[in-house]
Amino acid sequence: MEAMFTNLGIGFTEVFKLQAVTIAGVSMTLPFNILMCLIGVILGTLIGVLPGIGPVATIAMLLPVTFNLSPIAALIMLAGIYYGAQYGGSTSAILVNLPGESSSVVTCLDGYQMARRGRAGPALATAAIGSFFAGCVATLVVAMFAPPLAEVALKFGPAEYFSLMVLGLVSSVVLASGSLVKAIGMVILGLLLGLAGTDVNSGVLRFSFGLAEMADGIGFFTVAMGMFGIAEIISNLEQKEHREVFTDKVSHLWPTADDFRRIFGPILRGTIFGCCLGILPGGGALLSSFGAYTIEKKISRNSREFGKGAIEGVAAPESANNAGAQTSFIPLLTLGIPSNAVMALMIGAMMIQGIAPGPQVMTERPQLFWGMIASMWVGNLMLVLLNLPMIGVWIKLLTVPYRILYPSILVFMSVGVFSISNQPFDCFLMALFGLFGYVCVKLECEPAPLILGFILGPLMEENLRRAMLLSRGDPFVFISPSKPISLGFLIASALLLIVIALPALRKKRDEAFAGEEHG
Amino acid sequence: MKIKSPRDFWAGLMFIAFGLFFLLVAQFNYQMGSAVRMGPGYFPSVLGAILAVLGGIVLFNSFLIAGTPVPKFHFRPVIFVLISGLAFAYLLKPLGLVLATIALVFISAYGGHEFRWKEVAILSAVLVIFSVVVFVKGLTLPFPICPSFVEICPIR
Repeated sequence: MEAMFTNLGIGFTEVFKLQAVTIAGVSMTLPFNILMCLIGVILGTLIGVLPGIGPVATIAMLLPVTFNLSPIAALIMLAGIYYGAQYGGSTSAILVNLPGESSSVVTCLDGYQMARRGRAGPALATAAIGSFFAGCVATLVVAMFAPPLAEVALKFGPAEYFSLMVLGLVSSVVLASGSLVKAIGMVILGLLLGLAGTDVNSGVLRFSFGLAEMADGIGFFTVAMGMFGIAEIISNLEQKEHREVFTDKVSHLWPTADDFRRIFGPILRGTIFGCCLGILPGGGALLSSFGAYTIEKKISRNSREFGKGAIEGVAAPESANNAGAQTSFIPLLTLGIPSNAVMALMIGAMMIQGIAPGPQVMTERPQLFWGMIASMWVGNLMLVLLNLPMIGVWIKLLTVPYRILYPSILVFMSVGVFSISNQPFDCFLMALFGLFGYVCVKLECEPAPLILGFILGPLMEENLRRAMLLSRGDPFVFISPSKPISLGFLIASALLLIVIALPALRKKRDEAFAGEEHG
Repeated sequence: MKIKSPRDFWAGLMFIAFGLFFLLVAQFNYQMGSAVRMGPGYFPSVLGAILAVLGGIVLFNSFLIAGTPVPKFHFRPVIFVLISGLAFAYLLKPLGLVLATIALVFISAYGGHEFRWKEVAILSAVLVIFSVVVFVKGLTLPFPICPSFVEICPIR
């Protein structure tokens, strides 16, 4: 416990550290990291508010902004973008009934109804308070659980890592909506695409089609921006836009005393639920918000009000998604394994900054590790302080028509992708993956499992090779009793697959995802 | 035999095609090695084979389990959005950031539902100024601003 506070102390010192920086030729001393955190949360909220562009595309799009920063400043900013986007997403969910991103889908149900009844203010405030509370708790949870987990992870050999990745991929499949087999197919396709480029062991160029540009493989951000960004824009352009914004109805923000009594329980339960789910590989914000809403609907005294503007229906999912978003950093920081597509992007960003993600980050770069955790709490505080007064600005933003937005988004994405290697080829690949992503939307194949597979492909091959080499080619090394952890991961993966394939549960899962789509 | 789920039918075919592609390319070009010392062809071959089998399952099921038809493809946004991105990428070095951005905005805007000349012109002007100030001046990305044939660039 004491060690935790010492460590958090290191983190806060790092976050508030004064640094000599040169901006546009002028040198000055600034608390640079905290400034980056601020810019991150503002950018995140900005894009989170805008419907039609999710956090994956947001982070991918803003990545070039972080190229010239120090690793810690870059990661603090990217993390800020992520939870800022969570936050902004709820604003557009409440005011326009359009989720800014997928984890706010359930917030639409009651949040928008509250807005229609002229209670948009309290709904927004509830979302803010719930998110902040959840953010504080989640920061402590990360600080508490990350070190012991990292210690366990340091003992992992290649067999354990391989099995852990299998578990992570299986849970990402289970959480994808639609067909299970198709989701597994997308994971494997992702793994295969990730293998393109130079093979580290033999130096052989694989799947490069003789192109020199493919020597380093397919850029991760290229795939992410194509599959999420471009494909999203094209699908959005199919529909005529229709928005009803409650601009003038946001007056008194503060919830009443009765509201406070009603949201206390849901916020607490949502936070706990979100923290638990966030830690699991494959968990994270989306499932947390959905699960928390379902629980509240079941146990609330006002369950009949749900769907018609119950304040509990805003408080619970908003707390849960923020808690889930933050605790999903635990597998990333301790194991180096991404639990969702956003975390996969964070791994990509770490690699660009020259950091190998994994349990050694905590011991080798304590400033980076704890600085990032401390920045989460600071970022959450900023979100509450900034966003409630700035709500008017966000509302203005919601009235910007999509025909103005998407060319601007395209400029950002193209500049970003081009700047990765300063070659037109990456933009060509982005367009190709954009087309492929659009086809996938049409065929109901989820892009998220593909992205996870893509980042894990080379890692999995490497660990499989090493494990097989160590065991002299014995494939049973992964399930031998001498490797209980590896065995455990594989049993858990198998159980997950069996459970989800059972007809009764399958139906429940399909219902859950159907409810989300029509929400 | 009647296709009951067109979406799964095409998805299945897609997986089979990708699976076979990776499997065959790996088999013919890269060494397999052994389970102890895996060659560069080992992992992709195994995965390609699994993918093709999964595709087969999806394809087979599409004849048994009823599903939804494939929604209509909208070619206009697809074509214009993709071309706008490509135009930007391939025009950036020869024509510079200003003209490439203008090309991107005009082409992509043409793929939308309504195209208003004045609005698009203003939008491209705003985005040009923004990109020059933020990306080139602020973030010091090494992009040329003016076309390569212009000797003295008026924007510095």
